[in-house]
Amino acid sequence: MPANENKPERDEVLDRVKAGKEKPQRGKLKIFLGYCAGVGKTYAMLEAASEIKNDVDLVAGFVETHGRKETEALLEGLVIIPRRQVEYRGITIPEMDLDTILARHPVLALVDEMAHTNAAGSRHVKRFQDIQELLNAGIDVYTTLNVQHLESLRDLVAQITTVWMRETVPDSVIDEASEIELVDLPPDELLKRLKEGKVYLAEQAALATDQFFRKGNLLALRELAMRIAAERIDEQAREYKDTHAIREPWPIKERILVCVSPSSSGAHFVRAARRLASQLDAEWLALYVETPEISQLSPDQRQQLNDTMRLAVRLGAKTATIQGTSIARSVIEYARQNNWTKIVIGKPQKQNRWRLFGLSVANQIMRGADDIDVYVVSGTGESAERQFAPGLYVLGKWRGYLAGLVLVGVSTFLGHLLRNVFDPSNIIMIYLLSVVGVATFWGLGPSIMTALLSVVAFDFFLIPPTLTFAVRDTQYLFTFAGLLLVGGTLSYLSARVRRQAETAQQREHEMVTLYSTARTLALTGGMKQILDSITVNAKEIFEREAVIFLPGNKKNEPLVPASNNPKTQIDENDIAAATWSYEHKSPAGFSTDTLPNARARFVPMVTSAGTLGVLALWNKDKETPFTPEQERLLEAFPSLAAVAIERAKLTEESRNAQILQASEKLQTALLNSVSHDLRTPLVSVIGALSSLREKGANLKGPESEELVKMALEEAERLNHLIGNLLDVSRIEAGAVILAKQPVDIQDIVGVALAQLGKRAEGRKIDVFLPKNLHYVSADSGLIVQVLVNLLDNAVKYSPEGFPIEISARDIEPFVEIEVADFGTGIPKNDLERIFDKFYRVHHPDNVAGSGLGLSIARGIVEAHGGRITAANRSGGGTIIKFTLPMSRNPDRGDT
Amino acid sequence: MTENETRVLVVDDEQSIRRFLHLTLSAQNYTVFQAATGREAVESAAQHKPDVIILDLGLPDMDGVEVTRLLRQWTQTPIIVLSVRGSETDKIAALDAGADDYLTKPFSTGELLARLRAAVRRATRAPEEPVFVSDGLEIDIARRTVQLNGNDVQLTPTEYNLLKLLVVNAGKVVTQRQLLREACGPGYEQDFHILHVNISNMRRKIEPDPTRPQFVITEPGVGYRLKLG
Repeated sequence: MPANENKPERDEVLDRVKAGKEKPQRGKLKIFLGYCAGVGKTYAMLEAASEIKNDVDLVAGFVETHGRKETEALLEGLVIIPRRQVEYRGITIPEMDLDTILARHPVLALVDEMAHTNAAGSRHVKRFQDIQELLNAGIDVYTTLNVQHLESLRDLVAQITTVWMRETVPDSVIDEASEIELVDLPPDELLKRLKEGKVYLAEQAALATDQFFRKGNLLALRELAMRIAAERIDEQAREYKDTHAIREPWPIKERILVCVSPSSSGAHFVRAARRLASQLDAEWLALYVETPEISQLSPDQRQQLNDTMRLAVRLGAKTATIQGTSIARSVIEYARQNNWTKIVIGKPQKQNRWRLFGLSVANQIMRGADDIDVYVVSGTGESAERQFAPGLYVLGKWRGYLAGLVLVGVSTFLGHLLRNVFDPSNIIMIYLLSVVGVATFWGLGPSIMTALLSVVAFDFFLIPPTLTFAVRDTQYLFTFAGLLLVGGTLSYLSARVRRQAETAQQREHEMVTLYSTARTLALTGGMKQILDSITVNAKEIFEREAVIFLPGNKKNEPLVPASNNPKTQIDENDIAAATWSYEHKSPAGFSTDTLPNARARFVPMVTSAGTLGVLALWNKDKETPFTPEQERLLEAFPSLAAVAIERAKLTEESRNAQILQASEKLQTALLNSVSHDLRTPLVSVIGALSSLREKGANLKGPESEELVKMALEEAERLNHLIGNLLDVSRIEAGAVILAKQPVDIQDIVGVALAQLGKRAEGRKIDVFLPKNLHYVSADSGLIVQVLVNLLDNAVKYSPEGFPIEISARDIEPFVEIEVADFGTGIPKNDLERIFDKFYRVHHPDNVAGSGLGLSIARGIVEAHGGRITAANRSGGGTIIKFTLPMSRNPDRGDT
Repeated sequence: MTENETRVLVVDDEQSIRRFLHLTLSAQNYTVFQAATGREAVESAAQHKPDVIILDLGLPDMDGVEVTRLLRQWTQTPIIVLSVRGSETDKIAALDAGADDYLTKPFSTGELLARLRAAVRRATRAPEEPVFVSDGLEIDIARRTVQLNGNDVQLTPTEYNLLKLLVVNAGKVVTQRQLLREACGPGYEQDFHILHVNISNMRRKIEPDPTRPQFVITEPGVGYRLKLG
């Protein structure tokens, strides 16, 4: 986060090296982050803990269940450290017993409510300091935290919720956490839980409930929590990239924000900002604040705004569009939240006629942004303020004016009917109703006209003398003025409300769209699935066929379409346009400045690491442009897609790395095992033979006999090992061709025992075979080998004097064969692994072997469609069972 | 073994194996001829008329099975084939083509000599030696009787036919196919199930411990062999 970003690169590398060295001693911190009490952080923490409680020594240091039953249930079976009672002004307050936990020194401690303030007289003021101490002692900690307790968000949270958070933790705890888990619950559900009394409200919350638990607040806090968690993910991705030597630009100190307006001066401001940015070597952003008046912008102004934004992008800026009613406040808030250090804004040329009594935007920003530098740039003759030309623009809305005219007519008619019943001053209400109605449905222009027309009609038809504009009683002049003013104000207000509602609705729709896309992408795994998901979502949102272009595998290779869409025939021009967009990191194609005649819009998918690819959206026809909403979504959607693709890429990379590591490990094991096991027998053979040849060694009869015997035995061992190696490679290569036949297990056992021969000398081997055992369908030679290998192990790993048992039984549609011994058995963790290649259980007697016998047995059994498993027998010893499919001839046919 | 003047033809493309066999067999007073290819083998067999041929299945110019077939066109000289582990199919093919026995490399000298003796004895034996005696088992082909430790053993006709074939080829591997053809008739050559059932039943009658057979030995996947006493 920002504190780190400012350090020079070398320092960070050093830090990381140091961190790597110190890490083993320091515990790991995992934060369960929520946005509000009641979202289920404690529950999530306990759930995570109970999943590992059997494998890890963990204690509940301080867990507050607030009497919730489900949460309490999770505490069962955990070691709970009793709380320390702290006396404070006659009250006993239970606090976490830090020293007991430190003395107990578990691997993992659960500590609820990181932001808690300890009772006076405790060692640390804050609980997060207790947590620090635990971490320093090498204890891993799981803790919970609400996002509003983060120091840097305190102001923002106060603004949102009007509640000032007392209990805060420094933001560095987030940096320190090795893992952050977002605990989320939709606000509606939270509110429901709140109503049902399922949420415990701590401290001052009872007082704050009403202000705090409003849906709007909750939504905002939820967004904050998500953003913090998302930033963390970015951070981790960045760290990953750093450690994998993926180069990317170093973060910059100064960050410049330029405010853009829909006027021709916009371009001027953008250029000025760009100059400043390049002087300061700063990152910069063009910001447009969308006020409810957005719907009043003329098409020209919209075009102007789009041009300005595009210019900014071309000049290397980021762009953002935010919403707000007050431009100045929104700009400052945005700059604060996102750490922009300088604001560039245009100087107002002439007073805006809608803001006769207020300050210009530039002035407001200068007043509000105490800690942020503000640069005011002069415009180029035209108004730097946003221009509104309602009268001119709304002329197109004929229907509204027509409706106004009709409504005034109707009002006049009604007024005429009622003129003898009511005072004229009451009849005016009918006109006001018309004005409000027009304002609500048709906007500002028609409603102002309606107000004016109302005055005229009222005067002409209803004020005596009627049918003239003359006024007998001068007090009616005041009535006219009132009608005009009230009508005008009402028009303005209701039109504004309507626009706000419209914009909000539209925004909400956009947010929902983006959110659901993000969700879908987050739930999707695997590159292909993610690409498919992006294409499908893009098609839905933009109502166009979508194709994703990704860079080829080799350098300098052109982009290739990653998703095949039969409806879009991709030609060279498309690829050229996509490549341009990719290389320049800016949109191209249809209705842009670059290649506007292309058949598609090409939008780069950019993350901090660079451009990952290009999203192409095909035109339906030349006449259908993107809607303003789609244009806005076009800014956010590609980033979402890019993040998803990057995630898939990183996952793939790390998986590949793992696979590579595993196969390297195996290779090493193989080399070690093979070179050792091959050479050892040769040492004896060569040694024995050369001794025999050197007659000078004066070997006596028995000694030379012994040497010959040894050489022979070792040569046989070598032969056995080579045979095993060949079998393993044959099985792995799938080169074993099974010569399947009906096989009599009894026959096989006989052959195996005969082959075992001398190796089993002096051992009692009991065979228990039921008389009517089914034949199996198998390659008898290979099954003999399985049995020999199993018997070999049984002989090697069980003490002499104890029998070895072979038994078998029918378990339709298989026959199960079992070899059991009375040896030491196999450690529980090794039961699965003993069938792995070169895996050998550590055995005190150092029994010779290559660790291949069981692996071969498994290969053979599985090639037959059977299963082989190992188990320990209750009285001590090992049982290896394997199954083979029964032969098709159902009975033995004993006749 | 001083009287031994048995002539052996060793066919193997590996010089070191030929040399080892030459040394070993010469020491046992065998007269050894050598051939490195299939063609040399056939020529040498015609020229030197050996009493037994040791034939490696993997030859550079032609398949050992093919050599066996060529030799069998004009001579009944016993052939012992050498094969490596895992090539059961070749082994069976060679036996079916007329080879008498096989040895899997690597093998011990003792095993080789035993097989050689058995092969030579079979070849020089009177064509229908009526009685097989070994460890209490007595089979009289002429009288169609089987006795275990002096007691009559009742065998079904199929069992007897199988046993008879094994007795006639005592010490030699008889493939499953050969057994099935002789004992059950030409249509049953693939019916291994019948063969196993009959062998198993027969063993229960003649073997002291059927799980550890002494007389009728299984050569897994290849066939059976009656062990010489």
